[in-house]
Amino acid sequence: MSTATLSQTETITAPGARRRRPHLPGQKPFGPLRVAAFAVLALLAIGWLLPFLWAIATAFKTETDAASGDPSWIGATGPTVEAFAAILSQGNVYTWAFNSLWTSAAVTLITLAISALAAYAFSRLNFTGRKWLFVVVIASIIVPPQVLIIPLFYQMLTFNMIDTYWGLILPQVVVPAMVFILKKFFDAIPIELEDAARVDGASRFRIFWSIVLPLSRPILASVAIFVFIGAWNNFLWPFLVINDTTLMTLPVGLQTVISAYGVQYAQVMAQAVLAALPLIIVFIIFQKQIVKGVATSGFGGQ
Amino acid sequence: MTTSTTGSVAASGAATRTIVTGSASGIRLRRPGSRNREQLVSWAFLAPFLVAFALFLIWPIVHGIYLSFTDQSLTGAGGGFVGFANYGEALTDPVMWQSMWNTVWFTLLSTVPLVVIALLMAALVDRGLPGQWLWRLSFFMPYLLASTVISQIWVWIFNPQIGAANNILKAFGLEPLAWLQNPDTNMLSIVIATVWWTVGFNFLLYLAAMQNIPSQQYEAASLDGAGPWRQFWSITLPQLGPATVLILILQILASLKLFDQAYQMLGGVASDTTRSIVQYIYEAGFVNYRFGYSAAISYVFFALIVIIGVAQALVSRRRKEL
Repeated sequence: MSTATLSQTETITAPGARRRRPHLPGQKPFGPLRVAAFAVLALLAIGWLLPFLWAIATAFKTETDAASGDPSWIGATGPTVEAFAAILSQGNVYTWAFNSLWTSAAVTLITLAISALAAYAFSRLNFTGRKWLFVVVIASIIVPPQVLIIPLFYQMLTFNMIDTYWGLILPQVVVPAMVFILKKFFDAIPIELEDAARVDGASRFRIFWSIVLPLSRPILASVAIFVFIGAWNNFLWPFLVINDTTLMTLPVGLQTVISAYGVQYAQVMAQAVLAALPLIIVFIIFQKQIVKGVATSGFGGQ
Repeated sequence: MTTSTTGSVAASGAATRTIVTGSASGIRLRRPGSRNREQLVSWAFLAPFLVAFALFLIWPIVHGIYLSFTDQSLTGAGGGFVGFANYGEALTDPVMWQSMWNTVWFTLLSTVPLVVIALLMAALVDRGLPGQWLWRLSFFMPYLLASTVISQIWVWIFNPQIGAANNILKAFGLEPLAWLQNPDTNMLSIVIATVWWTVGFNFLLYLAAMQNIPSQQYEAASLDGAGPWRQFWSITLPQLGPATVLILILQILASLKLFDQAYQMLGGVASDTTRSIVQYIYEAGFVNYRFGYSAAISYVFFALIVIIGVAQALVSRRRKEL
């Protein structure tokens, strides 16, 4: 049923990284309309940056300054890194960041590997039941993971996987939308490239590994980035399946200490800023790929 | 890759070495038994995904249906068959309907700004103004933040005594609000935070769709004397139809799954005006330990999602036929 939605994305391809509309004849580079557009854009950007900038400003205040309600950007006592020092001295933040990093990487790798293999079979191989199996996989895109928390939790209880990394990782690796995206991409690779290798006697796996995968790097990167962001920010499932403080991911761990800190606003903001930092740095470095990834595989996320 | 290829291979399989001309895919070499081999190879490629798919998607769906007909408890107690009792209770449970309404209300409130503001942002950025890097960073960055982080930031901003939101209201001479602490404004507060958090995603989808419009169309219109407004209304907007349908559907489906930020911004406290259906599933299962009942609510919610999915499929099919 989502096939119709998905096929529409064919019309959406990655935005050219630097493609800019040229100045059109008769359009002044700094006409009043352009200046107005710039002004609105700047206002929107400020509006979108302010909440985050305010969080940063608070993080550099003393607790007393933060709690005073003084709306100035720098506290009366001047900027301080007290709040950051307090957070970092507690240790758990490192553990959570490390857990988030490696479990998200594991989810990404496993998802990518199993989805690419399956997508190749759906795209290139003939087997009994290919059609209906693909329909089942595509139809399952519509199942919201939130609907499955009860039976999945029950399953993890049965498998003794509550409070384990596997219990956290495995239920996240099934992303049928990614199979669909990859199959579409494989379909577009000219089959002649593979036929030549087959005449030379190369096995299917060899063809997949040394011809198809290298040609698919851009789409693999898109899917990987998207799955990684999803896993890094996932809240509900890690929140349910992990109770042990030392196994928690960053979002779940941070959530447990909101109440523990009570009214220590500077510390809560320092913690929010620290948790946000890695992904912001990743975004600044990989902006092009991320923008492209959202455009090509964005609809697969939930 | 057509089935006709397979058919002809099977028909001529007796020959020791057969060359089959595929209908669209060029020349294939086939050896005897290669069809069986290809079956084996296919299932080898599929196996890892299918095992995970069966274990963590298909089985939970089936088992969830079974659980919804039992009085299974998280504590391990119960488990007896209760027929449609859970569904009967769900459909007459005022909290279930309130959660369903809250979810729909949130979806209505959030979808419009999330689509309109995204369109505005993309239309402006697509003008090719200087600072492309900064615009994308500002609008999309919040989307990269975990729900925990955005919840903490907005709880701080919405603090009724010392929060920035009330400082802004006071600066404009308006009455301060209690935001998250008032049942009349808590859903609105969640909507504001959500729009800030996720609009960048729709913005990027719109931007990609706009950049796909050939620039020759604008050049031609420009030569005919069409100004930027005219170009936007007559060239850009009409061609954004498919993208808008896609963004709307994705947004509605995403908004219906409200839980993370609503739960966290209220500090895990259940509020009658913000409790979403996913939150009620969570509460029934993990706070009240009623797995069977929780599973039944899950399927009522799933039915809603499927209805929207089917409606969307029908709408887009009709669009294609026209």
